[in-house]
Amino acid sequence: MKLTSSRSLPAAVAGLAVGWLAFCVLVWLYGASPRAMAGLVLEGTWGTSYGAGQVLFKATPLLFTGIAVDLALRAGLFNIGAEGQLAVGSLAAGVIGAHLPSGTPALVALPLALAGAMAAGALWALVPALLKGRFGAHEVISTIMMNRIADSAVGLALGAGGLALTGTVRTADVVPGARVARLDTWLPSLKGSAASFALLFGIAGTFLVTESYRRTRFGREIGLIGQNARAMAAEKVPVRARLEQALVVSGAIAGAASLGTVLGYKGYFEEGLGAGAGFGGLAVAILGRGSAVGLVFAALLFGTLQQGGLAVNAFVPKELMDVLTGVVVCAVALADEAIGRHSAMARRTAAETVVS
Amino acid sequence: MSALDVILSGTMLAQTARMTIPYGCAALGGVLSERSGVVNIALEGTLLASALAAVAASHASGSALVGIAAGVTCGAAVGLVHALLVVRGRVDAIVSGIALNLVAAGGTRFLLRALYGSSSNSPRIQGLRFGEGWGLLARTLLDPFLLTTLAVVGASAWMLARTRFGLRLRACGEDPSAAQAVGVHVVGMRTAAVALGGAVTGLGGTALAYDLHQFQAGMSGGRGFIALAAVIVSGWRPWPAAAACLAFAALDALQIVLQNQTKLPSQVLAMLPFVATLVALVLVSKRRGGPPAGLGKHPA
Repeated sequence: MKLTSSRSLPAAVAGLAVGWLAFCVLVWLYGASPRAMAGLVLEGTWGTSYGAGQVLFKATPLLFTGIAVDLALRAGLFNIGAEGQLAVGSLAAGVIGAHLPSGTPALVALPLALAGAMAAGALWALVPALLKGRFGAHEVISTIMMNRIADSAVGLALGAGGLALTGTVRTADVVPGARVARLDTWLPSLKGSAASFALLFGIAGTFLVTESYRRTRFGREIGLIGQNARAMAAEKVPVRARLEQALVVSGAIAGAASLGTVLGYKGYFEEGLGAGAGFGGLAVAILGRGSAVGLVFAALLFGTLQQGGLAVNAFVPKELMDVLTGVVVCAVALADEAIGRHSAMARRTAAETVVS
Repeated sequence: MSALDVILSGTMLAQTARMTIPYGCAALGGVLSERSGVVNIALEGTLLASALAAVAASHASGSALVGIAAGVTCGAAVGLVHALLVVRGRVDAIVSGIALNLVAAGGTRFLLRALYGSSSNSPRIQGLRFGEGWGLLARTLLDPFLLTTLAVVGASAWMLARTRFGLRLRACGEDPSAAQAVGVHVVGMRTAAVALGGAVTGLGGTALAYDLHQFQAGMSGGRGFIALAAVIVSGWRPWPAAAACLAFAALDALQIVLQNQTKLPSQVLAMLPFVATLVALVLVSKRRGGPPAGLGKHPA
């Protein structure tokens, strides 16, 4: 499986079809009506402007972690640690945002909080990056371990570290200047939903990152390393350093997802805020691989599933949507592989026809 | 009683032995899968799914043995799905593993609500009853799960080293194209190996659930991933993998003992096994002999 191949539309359609089938079967097995539940999902997501806003809100961190995972994947690295990187990044955003003087203008406060979040995420990714580069430790294992360590470390910093308000697991409120405005200040119809301008940052970031794959030296090099690291080493590209850098940049982007959770939504960090977005980002990246439109679409899809899960939770457990996410990922990967083989075969047949 | 007394006591030993079982089974499942050339990070999800299957079957039938059979079967089924996706469908093994872990995590919670109307745990089950009236030491060392695990480790080591099946399995892992060229059915061998590994992991999941006498959401708690690290540390060999698991289990038991004995914040101790895993990975990195050469490669 080429990790950098561009996604084909038929594979995405096949994935959605299988996902829909799985939805029907699971809901039916649970004893509910698939048609009624699908109606509820639609109504709770894109059916109302509030629902649509909530989907955008859920999609925002997924988009950030999605591009984070995608960038590492470009270099052939699986960053399963976005979860932990986001957790420490969110903590940093919350703590820095809360400790700024209350009158700090947004032009200073927001970049500072964001920089802190990205630095923390990068630092958390630096450990697996160095373990990979210097010791050859597989990034899948080490990033998973860093996720678990982040769980404890964040709890420790909040509790014993005294970063939380006494008796709680949350930081103080960030200063107004570090907050990202809600989208409903601009689009009044989204009123009440938690979608914020962080979404626009995310979309801009997505195009920035995917364009950099083609337009920057770093982007092109990691893409080529992902395809054939030995050839790139022979071309005197510092492969080890590039891999380490790719993972660290990926961690920084994952940390930036706190724009959507800490700075755009709660206005403070609390333990568990944004949990699950790191793993969701894996699904987004696997679906949208390398394409800005694909990544945005995938983030919206999984955002819809998450919000839809809440809409049916009274009748069918919302964890149904986690199952669907896994099923869709499998189906798309499988279909992509089958289509790739099919078209390779077609090309070969065509070539043989020309020769004969 | 001081912390040291507890550490040197039989309780700690018993705790370690009990915790070795899920680690050891999962690691062995990883060895079988990866020696055939299939990366398996789905071990975590396999542990979780088989734990629920064991509890559900045991709760419904009232028989511990039926539960064990269900746990092992469920583990084999997860392994089979992973194998079908990766070996036949040629989906990237990490992608498949991530997806299966997600399905297992969500699916077990889904079923928990469907079966028992709870989002956190199942009703209590009796578990495996044996050796009532025996001393702690005898009950620990003669635990059927522990004995079975040891037997399976021994059998796997022998199988990989001595039998035709084992040699073919390793050939698939070292060089799938060459294995295919001499007539080994690589796809079939790998499917069998991953499913077998899943079954062994399922035994571990069953032991995990029986130990707590119930299923709890997310109860695998990263053990599958740590087991995978143990596989790497061991150099993909059954006995060293079991030994590495014993070490991780001892650390886990130590963590629990210290949790009760010291005033350290609980989080410091909770991260101990994971930090130790990272350290272990660094320590073994300079050793010769890496993974099976054909790990993750498909036959031409």
